[in-house]
Amino acid sequence: MTEQDGRAPRDRETARWFDDDAGPVVRPYAMTRGRTRTAAENRLDLIALVIAESRAEEAVDDQMLSPEHVEIVERCRQEPLSVAELAAGLDLPVGVVRVLIGDLLDADLVHVSRPVPPAELPDEKVLREVIDGLRAL
Amino acid sequence: MAFGRSDRRRRSAAAEPVTLKILVAGGFGVGKTTLVGAVSEIQPLRTEEALTEAGRPVDDLDGVEAKTTTTVAMDFGRITVNEGLVLYLFGTPGQDRFWFLWDELARGALGAVVLADTRRLADSFSAIDYFERRGLPFTVAVNCFDGADRYPPQAVREALDLAPGVPVMLCDARLRNDARDVLISVVEHARETGIGRREPALP
Repeated sequence: MTEQDGRAPRDRETARWFDDDAGPVVRPYAMTRGRTRTAAENRLDLIALVIAESRAEEAVDDQMLSPEHVEIVERCRQEPLSVAELAAGLDLPVGVVRVLIGDLLDADLVHVSRPVPPAELPDEKVLREVIDGLRAL
Repeated sequence: MAFGRSDRRRRSAAAEPVTLKILVAGGFGVGKTTLVGAVSEIQPLRTEEALTEAGRPVDDLDGVEAKTTTTVAMDFGRITVNEGLVLYLFGTPGQDRFWFLWDELARGALGAVVLADTRRLADSFSAIDYFERRGLPFTVAVNCFDGADRYPPQAVREALDLAPGVPVMLCDARLRNDARDVLISVVEHARETGIGRREPALP
């Protein structure tokens, strides 16, 4: 009993050390080889949609791509996905996902849609459409 | 094969909707994620932003290394309005010290919901202040918690010292229809504000 008692706190401590609160064991930016920025950053709003290029079909086994790169391309091939959805789906910080998407843009494996310039309010017609769409929910 | 590819290309081109976002702000525990979840077609998802990356301006401070794994969570949902239009709802981080993330969230946003709890009205001050200063149209939605006293919208408006045009409504953030009505109010307010901005009244 005493022996167990003596060991238990240490076990608990070990378990606690590796739980979610300890954060990822491999820091996420290792995946980007330490890069925290991408040239495409201002195009990669949280709601910018990432769309796989058709040539991405042949190119995803590229040696240069990490499994995370490949996963992004594969997810976007199913349907266009926002930067936020990709980050949530891959369980990676948004900043990391932006750098990875930047690599894929450079490699012409994906493109990004950004129809409404962030500084402008969408036009009257779009807002009307949103209101009608919400009313129909 | 060539056919397959051009098909895919056409499909993906057709499936590139316009994306819009509305922010859902308010104090900690006021029901932001509940409201997002009530109308979202997907379970609210969570994105995380690593603090050292987003908080680049403070990188010179001591102890930054210890913050490497600190993340700020933002919950969000999605509503496909129609084939060409997708609306994203972002719950803003509850803590005031993450203002720098708000800037990114607010950029390009259509408008915002400020969710308020009448027992803790002061918790919504900072969000109201932020959206007023940025000129982002917002609706104040009072989440009527079970057991909380009910106040008429006018009383809430006065307590919050809101500009006359700002919509105030009562809601139950758990109910889909209530959450939907709050969002409609935001978009209508954005529309009116936009019209006002584009077509200034003649003197």
